[in-house]
Amino acid sequence: MHVDTNHKVFSSEGGITLGDQDEDFTLPMFIAMDPPKHDDQRKVVSPVVAPINLVKLESTIRARAANLLDALPVGEEIDWVDRISIELTTQMLATLFDFPFEQRRKLTRWSDVATANLEQGIIESEDQRREELVECLTTFIEIFKERQQTPGDNDLITMLAHGESTKDMLERPMEFLGNLILLIVGGNDTTRNSITGGILALNQHPDQYQKLRENPGLIASMVPEIIRWQTPLAHMRRRALEDTVIGGKTIKKGDKVVMWYVSGNRDESAIETPDKFIIDRARPRQHLSFGFGIHRCMGNRLAEMQLRIVWEEILKRFDTVEVVGEPTYIRSAFVKGYAHLPVVLHKK
Amino acid sequence: MAKVTFVQFSGETTTIDADNGDSVMKIALDNLVPGIDADCGGECSCATCHILVESEWMVRVGAGNDQENAMLGLNPDREPNSRLSCQIAMTDELNGLVVNLPEFQY
Repeated sequence: MHVDTNHKVFSSEGGITLGDQDEDFTLPMFIAMDPPKHDDQRKVVSPVVAPINLVKLESTIRARAANLLDALPVGEEIDWVDRISIELTTQMLATLFDFPFEQRRKLTRWSDVATANLEQGIIESEDQRREELVECLTTFIEIFKERQQTPGDNDLITMLAHGESTKDMLERPMEFLGNLILLIVGGNDTTRNSITGGILALNQHPDQYQKLRENPGLIASMVPEIIRWQTPLAHMRRRALEDTVIGGKTIKKGDKVVMWYVSGNRDESAIETPDKFIIDRARPRQHLSFGFGIHRCMGNRLAEMQLRIVWEEILKRFDTVEVVGEPTYIRSAFVKGYAHLPVVLHKK
Repeated sequence: MAKVTFVQFSGETTTIDADNGDSVMKIALDNLVPGIDADCGGECSCATCHILVESEWMVRVGAGNDQENAMLGLNPDREPNSRLSCQIAMTDELNGLVVNLPEFQY
């Protein structure tokens, strides 16, 4: 928290993950900027996920979650990640961008391509990554131009196309692409893996699942507990702008400093029995998953709302979403998540 | 002891006798006053304890520091009387303070 809140000493400029971006293919995005540019660009898009806007989105999200859950086969093995977690977050993302709905899986693909490392097999080479991300850029340039002429109703691209500090963004295409990727990844991977993580956590803690069945009102405190327990982004990184000391250790100017949220969220000096998933914990919101300071997650309330709704709708329909095999994990030090989770649904 | 009154967005009010030195955020949490999340626990780094100070009290409460202003600056609902309640400690001078809760925390 000391590092996260001292943005004057610990800079985000240039990158917020362990590795550095390729020098000839850098994507500027506001998560990897310092004030004042960070503040200006963030302020343009943050209203789309502001609570007042979320109230309007709630019925859409609920209807879509209900449709997806109703279409699932009961009693046979399915992949929860593909059928629910990916599909629900992708639909949401398409709504926020007002992206052509039938092409929504392109958003999933671009999100995966942007964060993939070569060992995962999602992409074969850096060249392939660039090609696919350039396709993302050209697709959105067309949408941006369209929305310049005909503004949409409160979607992210309309906001960028008309925001004071972003309306000329097409003159800086890499910055446009960077911010697109930020919004796509931010609204996709994180919630996706938390939706899956909740299923896994409840299966590993059957007493908590029983408590939830008996009292669905506990969804409110379970949602932040899922986000803590999963910690969908394992870390964020900064770079020191001056010599400094943290916890008695010297940090030299220019050094990278990594905040391991995943470790902080299991810190027994701050959280009682941190390895246990407890859906009615005292003060469950006091976790590190959203980060702190000026870069704190912008979509936190949307993520919480999606998780709340999906769980409300699951509990109406199913007695148990039973995990029937080992999850397949994503190979990454940044995105802490799942490629597959086999489950069988049992009706109420 | 100093009195502080919380006015919910719905208009409902709660008045608490608080210990001097406690932050307005802590007083709300300890007394289960709804509307304040306090995700960071009082470190001025999440802005989920946003309140609107009743205008007549602004002079005595004063403005926040740079860090508080940086956090409030990201909130589209910020008003001239916006403060983070974790950064206001009760004193005799603030006896009778009235704070309004926003419709939403961010």
